[in-house]
Amino acid sequence: MYKIIKYILTDILRNKIIIAYILVLLSISLSIFALEDNVNKGLLSLLNLILIVLPLFSIIFSTIYLYNSSEFIELILSQPIKRKIIWIGFSFGLSIALSIAFILSIALPILIFVHTLSALMIVIVGLLLTNIFVAVALFACVKIRDKARGIGVAIILWMYFSLLFDALILFLLFQFNDYPIEKPMIVISSFNPIDLARVLVLLQLDESAMMGYTGAIFKEYFGTKLGMSISVFILTTWYTIPLYFSNKQFDKKDL
Amino acid sequence: MKCFHFIIFLLLAPIIAFSGTIKVGAGELVHSIKQAIHLAQKGDTIIVAAGEYREGNIVVDKQVFLQGKGMPVLNGQKKFEILSIKANGVIVEGFKLVHSGISAIDDFAGIKLYDCKDIVIRNNMLHDTYFGIYVQYGINCKIINNTVVAFLKEEQQSGNGIHCWKSDNILISGNKIMGHRDGIYLEFVSNSVISNNHSIKNIRYGLHFMSSNNNKYLSNYFIGNGAGVAVMYSNQVQMINNVFKENWGDAAYGLLLKDIRDSEIKGNHFEKNTSGIYMEAVTRVSMEHNLFINNGWAMKIQANCMEVNVTKNNFLGNSFDVGTNGNLVLNRFNNNYWDKYEGYDINKDKIGDVPYRPVSMYSMIVEQNPTAMMLFRSFITSLLDKTEKLIPSITPENLVDNLPLMNKAF
Amino acid sequence: MIIANNVTKQFGKLKALNDFSVECHSGACISLIGPNGSGKTTFIKSVLGMIIPDSGFITFNNQNIDKDCTYRSNIGYMPQIGRYPDNMSIGQVIDLMKEIRMNNGTISLDEDLLNAFQIQKITDKKMCTLSGGTRQKVSAVLAFLFNPSVLILDEPTAGLDPVASEILKEKITLEKHREKLILITSHILSDLDELVNEVIFMQEGKLIFHKEVEELKLETGEKMLGKVIANVMSKN
Repeated sequence: MYKIIKYILTDILRNKIIIAYILVLLSISLSIFALEDNVNKGLLSLLNLILIVLPLFSIIFSTIYLYNSSEFIELILSQPIKRKIIWIGFSFGLSIALSIAFILSIALPILIFVHTLSALMIVIVGLLLTNIFVAVALFACVKIRDKARGIGVAIILWMYFSLLFDALILFLLFQFNDYPIEKPMIVISSFNPIDLARVLVLLQLDESAMMGYTGAIFKEYFGTKLGMSISVFILTTWYTIPLYFSNKQFDKKDL
Repeated sequence: MKCFHFIIFLLLAPIIAFSGTIKVGAGELVHSIKQAIHLAQKGDTIIVAAGEYREGNIVVDKQVFLQGKGMPVLNGQKKFEILSIKANGVIVEGFKLVHSGISAIDDFAGIKLYDCKDIVIRNNMLHDTYFGIYVQYGINCKIINNTVVAFLKEEQQSGNGIHCWKSDNILISGNKIMGHRDGIYLEFVSNSVISNNHSIKNIRYGLHFMSSNNNKYLSNYFIGNGAGVAVMYSNQVQMINNVFKENWGDAAYGLLLKDIRDSEIKGNHFEKNTSGIYMEAVTRVSMEHNLFINNGWAMKIQANCMEVNVTKNNFLGNSFDVGTNGNLVLNRFNNNYWDKYEGYDINKDKIGDVPYRPVSMYSMIVEQNPTAMMLFRSFITSLLDKTEKLIPSITPENLVDNLPLMNKAF
Repeated sequence: MIIANNVTKQFGKLKALNDFSVECHSGACISLIGPNGSGKTTFIKSVLGMIIPDSGFITFNNQNIDKDCTYRSNIGYMPQIGRYPDNMSIGQVIDLMKEIRMNNGTISLDEDLLNAFQIQKITDKKMCTLSGGTRQKVSAVLAFLFNPSVLILDEPTAGLDPVASEILKEKITLEKHREKLILITSHILSDLDELVNEVIFMQEGKLIFHKEVEELKLETGEKMLGKVIANVMSKN
């Protein structure tokens, strides 16, 4: 397994697109901190990047990489090695490579320029989101044989998590306008890792004041150590569950 | 008996002889301030030397000039009101007043003015007093360059820094007020000037005033107060060159205006407040040359406001520029600079050719449905705002700056 | 060595393998022949464990292959299309394979093809820069490198230049004489005439026949394998 992870890692980290991605994000985050004298505002600008660009890149890159590797996966499969190990090797290879890309491009500048709990929170959330969308991509790839369809589904999944889900929430909010819906919303927000991540960071960033009563209710839950741990745990399950099912699916997949 | 009187007169002669000056201090003949006031006559000066005086409640019932040299400390021992002024023309200067009593019934203060005129309170320090300086039925009083600091945490346990009630022609200038319930509180006060004060980190409001007409607020700093500054039920208020900063919290704002008429808000600086200005039932108010920077909402203007003129202000880096709760707009926005403005200026007259709508769709949604704030900073809300900008449908049609500036207004 | 018992595999409506049974023994060089979609590749992939049969089973040295993956250390596989991670060099791919195989004890490496194709000279080249032919060479090298007792070659000569093709054929002949089992699928029959000594003919997922080449030649009276097959196919 380690061998496969090692080779996948070296392959991805030499990929031109990954290198470009790192450089672009790095220059963005550095320029944000260089231009913005208020570090919290810098963090907020980076938050947009983390919530939109990171998941998109993670899911699309992983999908394309996996489809392009399908012949190579077959070749490895013809070797005396267990299927599980191959898939875990590929999963972790992708996860680690994209996490390294995130750390080099965004996390390091944040940690260098900002030394607050919220900065740490953003880094954790960014790491989790990267890996969650790698896992979602893995699941999509193992389910769908055709490359074009697979990439399409990946884009739709990203759209769903970053856009359609929130549209649905908005719709629900207006449908149940007359009811105290704040608390159910805490539960509903955990059905979308991007929402959960966003709320977690905003509450850390002192932006909850903007959110009025809703913010107060959210803070009551997410602001506590328990709430935060639960949220991070839910985000972790957003990584492990797709990963587990993709693994299970790969075990009986015909290649 | 006559002889005895004569002896006393001889003893006190040096004190009275110097054109009505009484010295109080450990090394002087008079050791207590109370005694000095008792001895003093109208117009006398009482000079108090450095040291600590624990005399309970000192009542100033004569027109005297009470002057501390080297900041003598008047200690209320957490039991008493320290100075009660009950005569006209009293001047209190250079004292440090500490530990007044706390009583919600009697409103104990460091210095309290009872129904008097022409009082001057200047250059004093008040530490840990329940109310700081309390003016009750005062006329033509000056409260200048005092420092009023309290350390209490709970709203109920703390009085106001400078408190004026039913007074006229008061000058409050150059004071520093921290840690009280309200920094400066005025009710039924008229024709007064509040200038150059620093009201910082008070538990509730930096400045709170109600039903006080014809007042001016100039060049004050209101920073980090629990909920900012509240101005209610007043006419003819001028608020000029004040700084409202860092009033950040669930129900916080820089400046709350409620039922204000015929007033002016000019040259103020609103920075990092949850809401810069919150306006409710405000009529005929002109807002000019104010700077709104990095606020959550720069301005929340309820639909029951009328004839508010917002002209030549700068709006920079606010999450939302303007929030409102209805479609009715009877206010005018003109010639402001909005950093979110994306229009162009073909004829180069420095006025954008496309009107700017400062109310975003998302802020309207939030106004109708506060829970929608959970989508704050999400992708969909920015997308909604962008589409609404192209095809306005929900945002009020008349809340628009038809002449947005291309460059900052000042 | 490899025995398939009533293997059936269905993709949607298509029966890729339909009650397919066959026995392959060492020393044989078997050509898998059949029209497109007849199930050749499905059979090969089933043997390699890439495809899991719906029913039936395959044994390798009398061991059911769905239990354990170690049997694959005895197989060298050369895929029809060799695609490798773009940014790995040839050397890295070979190293990776070595590391995977070395897990199961040390094996003497067979570097004949490595030398014959002169792969060492370009060992630092990245995979994405290679031509299709060179990639096929790498695939061939990998298939033979670990001296496996079974070789499964899917269209081995497709895309190779004549020289390389000749080298590969020589190598296959050599291995055949070492009593190995060699399974080849190929469309270009004449290419492999001289190598093959058994033919498995498939159609629509079914085994039509599995015969020795000599026997077939006798039956049909043709000398060239291609003609033999064409003859058989026209009869069917």
